[in-house]
Amino acid sequence: MMGFIKWCFAGKLKKLSGRRGRSRWQTMSATNNIAQARKLVEQLRIEAGIERIKVSKASSELMSYCEQHARSDPLLVGVPASENPFKDKKPCIIL
Amino acid sequence: MATDVLQENETLASLKSEAESLKGKLEEERAKLHDVELHQVAERVEALGQFVMKTRRTLKGHGNKVLCMDWCKDKRRIVSSSQDGKVIVWDSFTTNKEHAVTMPCTWVMACAYAPSGCAIACGGLDNKCSVYPLTFDKNENMAAKKKSVAMHTNYLSACSFTNSDMQILTASGDGTCALWDVESGQLLQSFHGHVADVLCLDLAPSETGNTFVSGGCDKKAMVWDMRSGQCVQAFETHESDINSVRYYPSGDAFASGSDDATCRLYDLRADREVAIYSKESIIFGASSVDFSLSGRLLFAGYNDYTINVWDVLKGSRVSILFGHENRVSTLRVSPDGTAFCSGSWDHILRVWA
Repeated sequence: MMGFIKWCFAGKLKKLSGRRGRSRWQTMSATNNIAQARKLVEQLRIEAGIERIKVSKASSELMSYCEQHARSDPLLVGVPASENPFKDKKPCIIL
Repeated sequence: MATDVLQENETLASLKSEAESLKGKLEEERAKLHDVELHQVAERVEALGQFVMKTRRTLKGHGNKVLCMDWCKDKRRIVSSSQDGKVIVWDSFTTNKEHAVTMPCTWVMACAYAPSGCAIACGGLDNKCSVYPLTFDKNENMAAKKKSVAMHTNYLSACSFTNSDMQILTASGDGTCALWDVESGQLLQSFHGHVADVLCLDLAPSETGNTFVSGGCDKKAMVWDMRSGQCVQAFETHESDINSVRYYPSGDAFASGSDDATCRLYDLRADREVAIYSKESIIFGASSVDFSLSGRLLFAGYNDYTINVWDVLKGSRVSILFGHENRVSTLRVSPDGTAFCSGSWDHILRVWA
């Protein structure tokens, strides 16, 4: 039971309490090495082969999306209290 | 046999060198297209004015740290989960609690609202993701109708329904993500690739297709094809655990928040990081990020109890929000963008507008 709890507390929970631990990930048996290396090479081939566009083009498209939708973004342009249910001081009454 | 071992070592060595050369090629290809920075292109965009955002609602009721929250599609209900094992459904307009269930475990690190608004999913230290139908029948015990859907071999860190109530995507401390059928509990697809705990995930907006992004303790953000289980893109520029990932509204990019005290924007079509949101004065990790409706603003909750609001295009901070008395652990913008909700280790949820 204590072993299970300790195991649970690895990773994020250790992180949450300020400590870090990833020891179980570092154990690799020799027989897995080739299979893992092959998988890594295959994965990198896929990633290297994808089509990419220039940052200038990607950036201008992100910007134009922002501009197109800016007017309908309540947190960006602000909406009057009458239109924002959270800004209304009186709680909503369901009739 | 000595010759077998020799052959094995040669194969391993040649695979390793091929991997290295592919990594080099990947960097080269990405660098070729890095002709400009996002904030340079954004110089011609008008700067944002002053923002006045205040806490409009305070949701009090959890007995311990709030770990996760999610909005209902009706733009008013919120589900939140806590370290004390409680999952609460709130009406954020009135701050009334509509449902509450006590999980059999503590540290309920993940919760999600079903698209129909008729159910919620949650899980944590129990290594499972369970679905609870929401009923307004006072006589019905919510816990009695609980359905166990996902089973991992370590804690559940994140969960999300896909476009329907029928499928759930989960992320776990066991290093994997998985897609499950809610009705049968069957595993439909698993996603292997992270080499440490997966801490967060986000589904691409439905218009852009069947992909999702995950972030983990291995500092990697990975984009997955949901049908094939294949990782299609991976990004490793953060210097510490990635606590939160969120797609840009168009689906062409995603933001991440990390323990390295930065948030970053990755463009999927340029296949690289295009912006870093950081300041020398910000030294605590970012736990949770979300975009405003147009994608111009990035809200990020930090472990130093604050929420920073970033201009996504220009890379500058436009506002800093105070109010929480402990770490901000979770943050989501409402479905219609009128407000955002933050949850904290101070046991409280705040709705800001």
